[in-house]
Amino acid sequence: MSEILQQTSAEPTAVESIKLGDTQLVPDLSGALWLPDTRTVLVADLHFEKGSSFAAKGVHLPPYDTGSTLTMLEQVVARYAPDRMISLGDSFHDDTSRARMSQVDVERIRVLTGRTEFIWITGNHDTSPPEDLGGTIAGQLTIGELNLQHEPSGGLSFSPEVSGHLHPVAAVSRRGRRLRRRCFACDGARLVMPAFGAFTGGLNVMSEAFYPVFPNGKFWVWMLGREAVYKIHSRHLRA
Amino acid sequence: MRQDTLPMADLFDPPSLPEPFAGWFTARGWSPRDHQLELWAHAKAGRSALLIAPTGGGKTLAGFLPSLIELAAEKEAGVKLAQTRRGPHTLYISPLKALAVDVARNVEAPINEMKLPIKVETRTGDTPQSKRSRQKHNAPDILMTTPEQISLLLAYGDAEHFFAGVRFLIFDELHALSPSKRGALLSLCLARILRHAPGAVRIGLSATVAEPDRLRGWLMPQNQGAGSASRSELVLGQPGSTPDISILKSKERVPWSGHTTRYAMSDVYQTIGQHNMVLIFVNTRSQAELTFQGLWAINEDDLPIALHHGSLDRGQRRKVESAMAAGKLRAVVCTSTLDLGIDWGDVDLVITLGAPKGASRLMQRIGRANHRFDEPSKALLVPSNRFEVLECEAAKEAAEGNQQDTEPPTEMKLDVLAQHILSMACAGLFSADALYDEIRSAYAYRALTREQFDHALQFVSTGGYALKTYERYAKLKQNPDGLWRLSHPRFAQQYRMNVGTIVEAAMLKVRLVSRGRRKPLGRGGKILGEIEESFIDQLTPGETFLFAGQILRFEGLNELTALASRSNAEDPQIPAYMGGKFPLSTYLADRVRAMLASPDQWRRLPPQVREWLTIQQIKSVLPKRDQMLVETFPRGHKHYLICYPFEGRLAHQTLGMLLTRRLERMRARPMGFVASEYAMAIWGLRDLSLMIESGKLSLAQLFEEDMLGDDLDAWLAESSLMKRTFKNCAIISGLIERRYPGQEKSGRQVTFSSDLIYDVLHEHEPNHLLLQAAWDDAATGLLDIRRLGGLLTRVKGKIVHCALDQVSPLAVPVMLEIGKEPVHGEADESLLAEAEAMLAGEAMAGV
Repeated sequence: MSEILQQTSAEPTAVESIKLGDTQLVPDLSGALWLPDTRTVLVADLHFEKGSSFAAKGVHLPPYDTGSTLTMLEQVVARYAPDRMISLGDSFHDDTSRARMSQVDVERIRVLTGRTEFIWITGNHDTSPPEDLGGTIAGQLTIGELNLQHEPSGGLSFSPEVSGHLHPVAAVSRRGRRLRRRCFACDGARLVMPAFGAFTGGLNVMSEAFYPVFPNGKFWVWMLGREAVYKIHSRHLRA
Repeated sequence: MRQDTLPMADLFDPPSLPEPFAGWFTARGWSPRDHQLELWAHAKAGRSALLIAPTGGGKTLAGFLPSLIELAAEKEAGVKLAQTRRGPHTLYISPLKALAVDVARNVEAPINEMKLPIKVETRTGDTPQSKRSRQKHNAPDILMTTPEQISLLLAYGDAEHFFAGVRFLIFDELHALSPSKRGALLSLCLARILRHAPGAVRIGLSATVAEPDRLRGWLMPQNQGAGSASRSELVLGQPGSTPDISILKSKERVPWSGHTTRYAMSDVYQTIGQHNMVLIFVNTRSQAELTFQGLWAINEDDLPIALHHGSLDRGQRRKVESAMAAGKLRAVVCTSTLDLGIDWGDVDLVITLGAPKGASRLMQRIGRANHRFDEPSKALLVPSNRFEVLECEAAKEAAEGNQQDTEPPTEMKLDVLAQHILSMACAGLFSADALYDEIRSAYAYRALTREQFDHALQFVSTGGYALKTYERYAKLKQNPDGLWRLSHPRFAQQYRMNVGTIVEAAMLKVRLVSRGRRKPLGRGGKILGEIEESFIDQLTPGETFLFAGQILRFEGLNELTALASRSNAEDPQIPAYMGGKFPLSTYLADRVRAMLASPDQWRRLPPQVREWLTIQQIKSVLPKRDQMLVETFPRGHKHYLICYPFEGRLAHQTLGMLLTRRLERMRARPMGFVASEYAMAIWGLRDLSLMIESGKLSLAQLFEEDMLGDDLDAWLAESSLMKRTFKNCAIISGLIERRYPGQEKSGRQVTFSSDLIYDVLHEHEPNHLLLQAAWDDAATGLLDIRRLGGLLTRVKGKIVHCALDQVSPLAVPVMLEIGKEPVHGEADESLLAEAEAMLAGEAMAGV
């Protein structure tokens, strides 16, 4: 295990941006994606009120997930000062999330949606997001050459696309250790974003659900570490 | 009550056994032993007692005699008690399913021979559902079971009727059960059983322990006010003969480090040839595999040598056990699965490979040899490296002096308490006051405060968060009259699925397939056993590893099965971690330090070990018993600091993590560390000797106790060991559900990850019950913080520093571990960076 701790103290390197079509996208350590050209921040799968949804079934997860997710969102906004924010669906864990949300959290969302142009793309968990929180609601969206939608399409790709839904995580094995982290996954045509919410788990990018998304099976992931984002090719990943 | 101890007259003139028991003893040419009669006298008078006796002393029979005698008399008199009694007369509780089954067989023998109309049955997780539900309304006279089954039975609404008629409770291997979380659960169950059956007599059976009084207390209700006894009676069996222990004096060179004992294989093989039946104990599964393979490689005489460990397929294990009992084997290589009191044949020698880590553990293993009581048991200790030679000497000395270092019974565990409260709610309405009093009567929870209890009650009901948003989703609700009830019957079902305190590591079945195949052939392909998922995670298809006595080639995963083919490779490519699971006991560690400090004791040691210590004396220093030696020296382009606390790998690992943080702050630029059972080595880029000499680095400050404050907190926030500990608490407490095989992969999207809960709780509610429970576990478990705390206190003002030009003899073993040991905790980030760097230069264009 020699030489290892030395690298820990190294400065985080500048994040390598992702190229999708002709668009440059910057993967943020939080799981958000920054589009400098259009000053837009993308996030996916916030899953607000997932904790209370479990609680209603008798599994009392800590009731702080919505607050934690909002804190991270506020930090992203403070960092990039975007003109526009787009949430790529499953922003709310279910259709009754709004009713379970605390007033404090409701106000925090309203502040966010008041500060920038805010778009809620619908997802399978939130087919009709609440309308009293500000922002606008859309099924899917095109921004520049990019298609934005909740679920990734499959098969042959015709235009660059950014989506969420699958909660990608990647695993590598090094020196007898297995490390599993949330990640962005991209094959140059499609990009799948990691889930942003505090209580969202993940699905390994090597599993079957990703086969149609990356039809030739080759892609890159940007794994979210504690201090930096690490770019790794799919052939080095573990199932 | 103390005044009702046995009258002296009884002791001088022990009561004689009634018929048919007296006749049965005589017919077999036996006479009842003193402790059997003494225990019977206590039990007959309604007094609970702890029996401490060595293996082979008729302990099990002693435990059952009072109940058999009473049952026989009852049946004889034709008392129709059975009609008023719906449940069993006697409950026997054992830590192992296999032991319950084995003891049932042993007890049935006298019952059949005396033709007593007594019905004995077992009830374990393996008992069919139909039989279990029949047992609830038509119970046997004697029910043999496990703590988990007791807990389940107590959670049914009609538990009162089932338990009301219980006359005797027999707790077997209490010394092994009581120190665990299962012991805490059983302690709570005992308190509840005594509410249903206040007169039930408790009989504890135990091997010799360091502090018998604690087990005596464990059997009695606590906090019952002045005047009531808080300790049971104590009955001591005759001690067995002093064991005959030797340490292998091999002609081969004893290795500097490592755990394989490969050097001693031919010595071990020859020893097997000289005995009838040898048990070979090792500390881990992988060590068992390696030893088994090593012995067969030189098995020229084709001696029947078998392998037995917990991961093997059950059918395979049963085969080995019956071959043992039939005397068809000459040796069995086994792990602690054969540790406890199961009696499987005529063992005339026990060999332990690797140091036994504790004096009491050694004695219990030795007890497996020669179940005939009057002859000394024979044991051979095989040290796997030079430090272990010292450790084996210390253990031998302790065993010969009958010195014990057993773990005391566990104190309260908050996660177990939460599970029990839910279980009690499943049983019916309860008053918080009454339940609190009942729980405080359990030995493990005698110091529970009302505040802690109320906190646990809130946790069970709504998660116990400061933010009160889950009231409407509460699992427990309070009726207008103040009594608590379960808010929905589905929570009782949920509880039953999650009962127990054992959280198993995720295991995968290993199935044999033909080479290159990624799917099993139809339903074919033999299942070889189960292996830790974490081990399989490391493998890439094509790599070879050792399992079930053969070298296998990993072919891939198929859902929950690891597919493997036979390989012709000579050595497996993926070695497994070889060290033991148990850290060196504090008691033995102290004896080892004492031995190092007194050269006049070295005469007993083999010449090569003596020489090693003598050169250390010349080149560096040998610390006194209460000192800790710290050496610093340069090597290559790095500077090393080695300390020798002798506190076990887990405590040293935690120490390594924390020292790394401190040295970083002191700008010593540490790069890595490695921990062994005896020492810890840390290295960096700056000259540590020079830093100490010039006063830039103070060793006293470096090892200052405040290390356990902020540094520890900061590390725990991200430690993966802490997260694993937390996960177990979250499952036991009932916050998250157990995952069963097949369940986890069924949903396309994720089950809930406990790491996320940990992060959120750590941020928002650092004093939450689950974090307290995890912290409590970490103090003794994977992080062994309590022991590290003890170490820092012990060495205060007693650090001896020696600046050297080169590596010292004592440092060689731990230096050799560098590169062999797995990387822990904080290196995660750098491993990711490494994985990325490996690909530097490759461009996106390649996609």
